[in-house]
Order: sequence, then C-alpha cells, then structure tokens
Amino acid sequence: MDFLLEDSFPRPLVALAGNPNTGKSTIFNALTGMKQHTGNWPGKTVSLARGTFYHKNVRFNIVDLPGTYSLLANSLEEQVARNFILFNRPDVMLVVTDATCLERNLNLVLQIMEITDRIIVCVNLIDEATKKGIYVDSDVLSEELGVPVVATAARRGIGLYELKEMILKVYSGEIKPSPRKVNYGEELEKAIGELVPRLEKTFSDGINPRWLALNIISGDYSIEDIKKLIKVRDKNRGGNAYGYSYFSTVPRNRELR
Amino acid sequence: MDTRIFQRSQETGNSDDISHVTTDVKDLIVEKIYEKAESISRKAVRYEGFRESLDKKIDLLLTSKVTGILFMLLLLGVIFWLTLVGANYPSRILAKILFGIQGFLESFLVSIGAPEWVNGFLITGMYKTMAWVVSVMLPPMAIFFPLFTFLEDLGYLPRVAFNLDYFFKRSGTHGKQALTMSMGFGCNAAGVVSCRIIDSPRERIIAILTNNFVPCNGRFPTLMLLASLFIGGLAPDLGWLLAPIAVSGLVVFGVFTTLVVSKLLASTLLKGLPSSFILELPPYRPPHIGGIIIRSIYERTLFVLGRAVAVAAPAGGIIWLLANIKLGNQSLLAQAAAFLDPLGRLVGLDGYILMAFIAGLPANEIVLPILLMGYLAQGSMISPDNFAGLKDLLISNGWTILTAINTMLFSLLHFPCATTLWTIRCETGKARWAIFAAVLTTTVALLVCFIIASLYRLVVWAIL
Repeated sequence: MDFLLEDSFPRPLVALAGNPNTGKSTIFNALTGMKQHTGNWPGKTVSLARGTFYHKNVRFNIVDLPGTYSLLANSLEEQVARNFILFNRPDVMLVVTDATCLERNLNLVLQIMEITDRIIVCVNLIDEATKKGIYVDSDVLSEELGVPVVATAARRGIGLYELKEMILKVYSGEIKPSPRKVNYGEELEKAIGELVPRLEKTFSDGINPRWLALNIISGDYSIEDIKKLIKVRDKNRGGNAYGYSYFSTVPRNRELR
Repeated sequence: MDTRIFQRSQETGNSDDISHVTTDVKDLIVEKIYEKAESISRKAVRYEGFRESLDKKIDLLLTSKVTGILFMLLLLGVIFWLTLVGANYPSRILAKILFGIQGFLESFLVSIGAPEWVNGFLITGMYKTMAWVVSVMLPPMAIFFPLFTFLEDLGYLPRVAFNLDYFFKRSGTHGKQALTMSMGFGCNAAGVVSCRIIDSPRERIIAILTNNFVPCNGRFPTLMLLASLFIGGLAPDLGWLLAPIAVSGLVVFGVFTTLVVSKLLASTLLKGLPSSFILELPPYRPPHIGGIIIRSIYERTLFVLGRAVAVAAPAGGIIWLLANIKLGNQSLLAQAAAFLDPLGRLVGLDGYILMAFIAGLPANEIVLPILLMGYLAQGSMISPDNFAGLKDLLISNGWTILTAINTMLFSLLHFPCATTLWTIRCETGKARWAIFAAVLTTTVALLVCFIIASLYRLVVWAIL
C-alpha cells in the first residue's frame, strides 16, 4: 500500500488534540521547536504535523491531531483524530483547551476520556481569559475530571516547563490519571455494563471496550464493523502495526456506507 | 433502552431498523456529556468583572426559537419592500431612456437603408431584450445586493443557519444546508459549489439537489415584477404592502419546498441518519459601507447583469428569428407554443410561458423578455415601455391572477439554469445527478402549479 506514510510511530508517543483556535499549534511549535514535519493524507487535506522534543533525556515523539470540536466522527478531521487515539494508543494524550470558553472545550475532553486514560488537560490562553475576567481553577478542574491539569499561556511561554514535567510524569507512571467518566444514566450504564464483559471476551486486545459498547449502542458501529476493523489491524500487524492504513479503511458513520 | 434493543443491533448489524432508538441514544449521550461539561465548568471557572458581551445579548434575541424566526421573516419582508419600492422609480426612468434610444437606433438603421429583417433582428430582437433585462433587473439588484452583502458582513447569515438548523435536522439533513441554501439566493450555481462544506456525501447530494428551490438573482426580478403588477395590483391602496409580502411568501414557500423535498429524499432515495455539526457564531462586525458598495455593485450586480446581457442579446435575436421564420402559415415560435399549450393550460400557464422557460435555460433572467417577445410577435401592437402597458399586454394574452401566481411558482421551482446543471454535474461527478435534479424540480413545479390551478378552478366554479 503506497499511501502508508510511515510504518509505525516511534515511542514514547504524545498526541495533541483540541478544539480549533485553542493555541494547539502554538503549544506544538513551542514544544518541538524546528524539529517537525508534516504528512498529508492521500487525496484529502487533513495533515498531521509531527515532531520530537527532549525532556530530562527522554525523547518524546509528538503528533498534532486535527483541531476538532468532538470525536463523533462526523467529519474527516474528527475521524482521523478519533482513530489515531483509538488505534495508535498514544502514551500521553494532551488535550489543549481554551480558558476563555472552557465549557465548550470540555465536551471534547470528556469524549477523549472515553477512549484513553492517560490524559493531561492543558488549559491554554489563561492570559487572555484573565483579561476578560475569567479565572479557571486548575485544582478544582483536575479534581472534577480525575486527570492532571496544567495552565499555560503558550504564546508567552508560561507553563510550558510544567507541561513537559507532567508529560514525563504521566509517561513514567509517577502520576496515574483516573478519569471520572460521564455517567449516562441508569439504563444506558446497565446496557454498557452488560455489553462490556462480552466485548472484552470477543476483542481481547486493543480497543477500549467501554467506548466500543457506547458506539455499538448508539448505532455508529455494528459487531461486523468492529470485526472488520480488527481484521484490518491484524493484517497490518508486524511491520506497520501503527500504520496510517486504518484511517482510510475504517468505515465512517454507518450512514455513509 | 433495554438490552433487547442493542442485541438486535448486534445480530443484524443493521442500524436502519433501530434508527429511531439509536438517534435517541446518541442524543442522550451527547446531552449527558454537555451536562457534565457544564457542571464541571460551573465549579472550576470563576467570573470576576466579566460581563456578558453585547453580542451574546443580541444573539439571545436573534437566535431564540420564537423571536429569531420572527425577526428573520420581518427582515426578509423589509428587504423586499425596500427593493420593490426603491426599484420602481429608477426602473421607469431607465426604461424610458433605453426605449428612447431604441427610436434613434431604428431611424438610424432606416436612414442607412438597412433591410427590414436587419432592423427586426438587431433592434426588436437583440436590443429590446437587452434593454428589458437592464431596466427590469438593474435597479432591484443595485438595492438588493448591497442589503444582502450588508447582512453578510454584519455576521447575520450564520445566525440564519443556526435558526434553520432545527428544521433541517427534522428533514433528516445537515444543518449546514441552511448556509448553502442562503448562498443559493445569490446564485444557485454558487450555492451548489458551497455544498462542499457538507462532509457526508448523502447530505451533500440532498443539499445540491434542492438548492434550486430558493430563487436566485436571475429569478428575483421576475418574481418582484409579477408580484407588484398582479398581487400588488389587487388592492391599489395596499399594493406597497402586498407585493413584498407576496415575494417573502414565495421565498418562505421555496424554503418549505426545500425541507419537504429534502425529507422525501432523506427517507427514500438517500436514506440515513442526520449528522450533527458545530457552528461557531462569529462576533458581529461593523460593516464597511464603502466595501459593501464596491463588492455588491462590482462583483455581484454588474457581474450578474453582464452575464444576463451577454445571454439576453443573442437569445433575443434567436427568438426574433423563430418568431419571424414561417413554416406553413405559422411562425416556428407560434408552433412551439401551440405544441406546449395543452400542458401549459393544464397547470394554469400557457404554451408561450412554458416555451419562455425552456428558452430561458441558459439564464433565468431572460424568461420574461422572451415571453414578452413571444406575445408581441403574435401581432399585438402594445409596446410595453411602461409597467401599465406591460400588465395590459399580459392581460390581453389571457393572463389572470392564477397565471401570475403560477408563473411565479414555476419560476421558483422549475429546472435549474444551464450553469447550475453543469455545476451539479461537476460537483457530483455524475451527469445523472444533474438530470435527476432537473427532472425532480420540474416535476415538483408542474405538480404544485397543477394543484394551485385545480384549486383555483374549483373555487371559480363554486362561486359562479
């Protein structure tokens, strides 16, 4: 398959997600400096910027995912971001949020929390928020989400060292985030609870069973879809276990097929 | 939600039969996520010396379910009122000047001894059609475009999309279709191109196929003129109010048709679940008046007018030829009209009107001039150099209020112009979608006109 850009992503892998216009790219640039390059999707204009940075002698690989408001996979950007988190399972998931409109940004954070545990929330643009009279309490936010929170003003370089520290700590396991997941109400949680053990049996490795259960219940995927996904993944095992080929073969919403 | 339901989804692997359930579940999931986001941000975010911006207060009014829709309708009415009232006077002056020049040109051609047919082809055919297009179209466009551009600059259009999202979601289509529909008011070809912003192919096709149900600038002048002549003419004292209401009503009906046809397509040919989207309402910006005038006059008014004139002049010449080349003892034009007449009569129109729409395929702007030429070529001696004369000409050719209403409806709903059809072909990559768009819209147009004509005849029959 000639459209494979890279066989696999070197580890440790940090992925950067967030709403558009949250300063995600500023943070990416601040972390990587000039050590980055961009790969384009075959045929489409979704690009992934990639780079590296060192912190305390650990070489981190970082990928800048497309800016999205959600992961419900309605657009190609959302699909790419979601599948990356789902299949490449980054070692540290960094979600950048905008302090001036945190509520809207939290929707994405909560959705990512369904897929992976190793999350750090970066509250960016705190300088602009202060100017507008908006103050975000990182400790309360961290407590409520169950994941570490770092406040930054990336354009002025504020909070970047703390951010790198946190990435290292989460990677090394010194800090273990335990996301407090959304409770979808008694009925739905019961349904998820019944489905998860069976999914764990069927799909013993890889995809987060709770996320799978949610998507099966909401009708985005059927068991057949998931099996197809697994097959694709297994085919790509070995040489290119983390290849890009997933993105082009994973079906989108059911309606599109 | 019980386990039985999702087990079924596992077994069949088909979401169609549980679509109503899954939509509810998806809504529930999204709702819970939003709730949690709200509750967390309430605890973690503190506002000090922060006040709600003026934008947000205005948006509360302009995007609420009730006042938002009311304001939209009111705005639509005011825009058409301004356009109709404002365009009336300059249109008359332009017509007077341009038809005055016609006299000069005619006597010039006669003086250099040009043959009769040259005079007919160049003046009665090409020049007159062109003069019509300019005098009827230029003033409304010169008023309507700046107003529309003003709203665009102000940042109001995303609010329109926001207000209409609910209705489109109910039709099983994408909320962004409200935006592509708004683009269609300018030009349907542009509207079709703008459908690229819709990601789901299913929803994009629906948006493309139904874009033509909102009147573009080529059709607005026809609608406005007929509305002010016939609807406004119903009550001379209230004409200034009735005509804009009629045009607004037509636009609303066009939007309504868009929704109904979208719903039909979404539940038959192009089945599927609507996908959600997030629309950021940009801040309101004070528009730059100078920029608006330059952009709306140069880039839109003169562009559309130029295109119209470029099509109208040769088309006028060709129609004149058709009207004057005789086969047997009837002109080609009259024969074509006679052929179309039974169908035309059935749907409350006539053969000449249908023929004018067919001949207007290259551009909708020339439908009315072609129609008038068709009538005039029949030997009628009225020269419509003023609006009263125009109305008399139409009435003397058997027009009633029904003809006027159905001509407006047919103009609103009929097949897209050649440019739009070509754009549909390019955007979908398949000629069959363009053909389907033409068949679909024309069927709807004929059906609606037939129903209106039948109702009208029923009422007339009941009264007499």
